[in-house]
Amino acid sequence: MLKEALVKKLDYDELSNCMRCGFCQPACPTFQETGYEAASPRGRIALMKAVADGVMEPDKDFVDQMNLCLGCRACEPVCPAGVQYGQLIEQTREAIEEVQEHSWWVKAVRKLAFFHLFPHQKRMYQLGGLLRFYQRSGVKKAVRKLGVLSILPKQMREMEAIIPEASGKGIVDFFGGTVIPAVGERKYRVGMFHGCIMDVLFNETNRNTVRLLSEAGCEVLIAPDQVCCGALHAHSGEREQARHLARKNVAAFHKADVDIIVSNAGGCGAMLQEYDHLLAEDAEWQERAQWFASRVKDISEVLARLVEPKEWQLLPQRITYQSSCHLRNGMKVTKEPVSLLQAIPGATYVQLREGDRCCGSAGIYNLVQPEMAGSLLDVKMGHVAATQADILVTSNPGCLLQMKAGIHRAGLEGKMEAVHIVDLLARVQKEEKPLSTPE
Amino acid sequence: MLPESIREELRAIVGEKNCLDKQEALVAYSYDATPMQQALPDVVVMPKSTDEVQQVMRVAARHHISVVTRGAGSNLCGGTIPVGGGIVLVLSRMNQIVEIDEQNLTITVQPGVRTVDIHQAVEALGLFYPPDPGSMVISTIGGNIALNSGGLRGLKYGTTKDYVLGLEAVLPNGEVIRTGGKLMKDVAGYDLTKLLVGSEGTLAIITEAILKLIPKPQTQRVMLAMFADMAQAARSVSDIIANRIIPGTLEFLDQGTIRVVEDFKQIGLPTNVAAILLIGQDGEPQTVERDMEQIAAICQKNDAVQIKVATTVEEADEVMTARRSALAALSRMRPTTILEDATVPRAAIAPMVAAIQEITERYGLQICTFGHAGDGNLHPTCMTDARNTEEIERVEHAFEEIFAAAIDLGGTITGEHGVGIVKAPYLEWKVGASGIEIMKGIKHAFDPHNLLNPDKMFAKHSRNRVVVQRA
Ligand SMILES: Cc1cc2nc3c(=O)[nH]c(=O)nc-3n(C[C@H](O)[C@H](O)[C@H](O)COP(=O)(O)OP(=O)(O)OC[C@H]3O[C@@H](n4cnc5c(N)ncnc54)[C@H](O)[C@@H]3O)c2cc1C
Ligand code: SF4
Ligand code: SF4
Repeated sequence: MLKEALVKKLDYDELSNCMRCGFCQPACPTFQETGYEAASPRGRIALMKAVADGVMEPDKDFVDQMNLCLGCRACEPVCPAGVQYGQLIEQTREAIEEVQEHSWWVKAVRKLAFFHLFPHQKRMYQLGGLLRFYQRSGVKKAVRKLGVLSILPKQMREMEAIIPEASGKGIVDFFGGTVIPAVGERKYRVGMFHGCIMDVLFNETNRNTVRLLSEAGCEVLIAPDQVCCGALHAHSGEREQARHLARKNVAAFHKADVDIIVSNAGGCGAMLQEYDHLLAEDAEWQERAQWFASRVKDISEVLARLVEPKEWQLLPQRITYQSSCHLRNGMKVTKEPVSLLQAIPGATYVQLREGDRCCGSAGIYNLVQPEMAGSLLDVKMGHVAATQADILVTSNPGCLLQMKAGIHRAGLEGKMEAVHIVDLLARVQKEEKPLSTPE
Repeated sequence: MLPESIREELRAIVGEKNCLDKQEALVAYSYDATPMQQALPDVVVMPKSTDEVQQVMRVAARHHISVVTRGAGSNLCGGTIPVGGGIVLVLSRMNQIVEIDEQNLTITVQPGVRTVDIHQAVEALGLFYPPDPGSMVISTIGGNIALNSGGLRGLKYGTTKDYVLGLEAVLPNGEVIRTGGKLMKDVAGYDLTKLLVGSEGTLAIITEAILKLIPKPQTQRVMLAMFADMAQAARSVSDIIANRIIPGTLEFLDQGTIRVVEDFKQIGLPTNVAAILLIGQDGEPQTVERDMEQIAAICQKNDAVQIKVATTVEEADEVMTARRSALAALSRMRPTTILEDATVPRAAIAPMVAAIQEITERYGLQICTFGHAGDGNLHPTCMTDARNTEEIERVEHAFEEIFAAAIDLGGTITGEHGVGIVKAPYLEWKVGASGIEIMKGIKHAFDPHNLLNPDKMFAKHSRNRVVVQRA
């Protein structure tokens, strides 16, 4: 029963910490959109507590409300009481997942994705290879011509249109090894977290990450046994599987003995940084998890500390920045990406209105909650258009895809492009110094 | 339980989507920011216009259903808790700024507009709406008016009541009244505008308000003054005012609060001082400069151990962070935070803080005090745990004594949070038996069937405790 599962999973102390001041509400996109108390963090916590207190049965409306939450955690930094909302919603979703009766096909898709795909990097590359074949061979064109895609929901069709060119090879294959030396004097040993999807769909971003780090004086180690970070699992209620993945990653990087573990995807980084919480009850792993979590940094933090932007150059262009929720609210990284962008000679940085509001991507949220995700995206693109920027920068693959979809949807194609911050920084370096083993 | 036919009537008025009666909605509108208070309504109704409010009230009046008006639900007096069930009428969908009149310096707003949105809209035009309750990022102007909310600028600029020029309100029988207008002078009859300000949703439902605006002050400066002795801090407050300086801000933090803030933010506050005054001034640059110098001299004369005048925006930010972090820092200490409110004449701040300290120690509790020294409005804040019923019992007794102490010092049981349900048992201490009678008469004149916010303001039983209401 859901009720028992919730009572067991929910951290009652954390629920009690909420003093119902409502300060979190202006930050919450679903509250802004609906104006409805239950669709706010204060409301959701009250619902969780009502279930834990036995005041309320966790019925379908309860579950719907929990699913409507983006998990963007914009409610956390503004909360005076420091309520860890992110953990509460994950506990709730874990409980819901435990008792959830999915239809056979949702079950199949979840099982395929969460257990047979994401955790196995090799299979991700194989899939990437397949996708690449689809994209390159003319099948894509044929499929489009036949109109087969019209059977897909609108959100999926939009996604299909903007999916970047996939890669069947991972970053290790590209560099032909797992250790890339520092250019010049070595300042740090950096472990590169390459991500599961990142390494397939945004392989170029990963390559640029390695290049930037190496040129900034970092020896880059790509721990070969690393796996998916588990964020999608944890946010969808599969915390046990997330723990399983966490242990693998902790082991892989611990063995590599690095100073810093760098991530170039806000969603992954925030998850990696919380491994100590995730494995808090695992005595055997606790210490190593803390070692791991305390070393995780976003790429922008490392670069802001190490690089000299004077060398950079960009044609006179306007840049704006959509902050990734988990980078901002999870990893608490806000200043570094902006200061890097502002430091690019030639570029004009324009602040995006509500650039700190969720774009609606939120993992697979845009697929399961298309209505809310769509209206959030439309508001977002209105603000984006107002900046008249040439380049819209993000720092997370999900957000990047969503921004691409948004540009497509708002008819801004040709007027502006969406770019990962790492790719922009790689582009603005005056001269591209090739690494020892490039493509 | 309301019969289905009545729900049907309500749905017909506001539409399916704006009439909610599922469990999840009832729970979500069963509380406000008041600790440990909760009661489920029968139905939640979200009107979009004065006309819809009128129609809803007609239904309520016909069937004798109680109605609790709600803005953002950020009040701390249990004002929006539907104690006896009935309708919770949420006005947050009525959130339009109707007009900014630069000729008359007024702004006309619907009740659901957030206070901060009013600030932003008028400041963009070089105008100023001074009332700034700590909750202004969420609170609605309707809630501010109904509770006559005050803020950090209360001393110099007054509170909400000083800025409400006219109101439109729906009476419990569904009729509309309009009071005041874009007028600076109006003495025609009883002042119903002022009567509705602070009426806590018990007399009528405010559906539109005309507010007074003033020109935006040119500059702003702030400083922190630290004192080894509470009495010296208090003396500085009275000396500043006796010197005919009215600061824009005059806030106070006691030692307990300072320790917690420093623990939390590490901004270099000395934790051994007894009190910190945060003093700010705004206005013409020369006047501000002169005032700040005089204030610093007065604090020095009263043996301030350190004075930190902010010369840059960053420094000013740091100084303000100290004050702003107070609640955040306190609320992270223990699960339950009870932010209370008592006001004394300015000269009585030192004895009041001493009394709070003594009571706190006697009951073995954790209560820190901060607040608006300039207007005598203190916020003794208790860090506790609602699950510890034995401790909560002590908290109740302690607060009862704190309110009694405020009354003894010539003060009042609430300076800005309102009476609602939590202060209802003590209202008589302040206004006396005949005061209560006349207030009840006013309530009856507006609301003969006791539909609007019943059970608030006037205690049913005289000995209801402050904090926990047991059935
Ligand atoms: C952290 C925190 C800090 C705060 N700081 C301050 C402060 O500095 N100063 C201060 O004064 N208060 C403060 N408050 C209390 C509260 O936020 C204010 O009183 C605020 O004005 C309430 O506005 P609201 O929109 O949330 O009203 P609600 O809480 O929704 O309602 C308050 C009362 O007004 C009535 N009401 C609401 N709208 C209407 C209407 N349109 N017509 C008739 N009646 C109506 C309700 O029935 C209720 O009785 C604080 C609260 C918190 C949680
Ligand atoms: S801001 Fe924090 S304490 Fe306040 S209502 Fe939201 S979650 Fe609760
Ligand atoms: S995580 Fe985002 S959507 Fe969910 S309650 Fe918090 S702010 Fe709202």
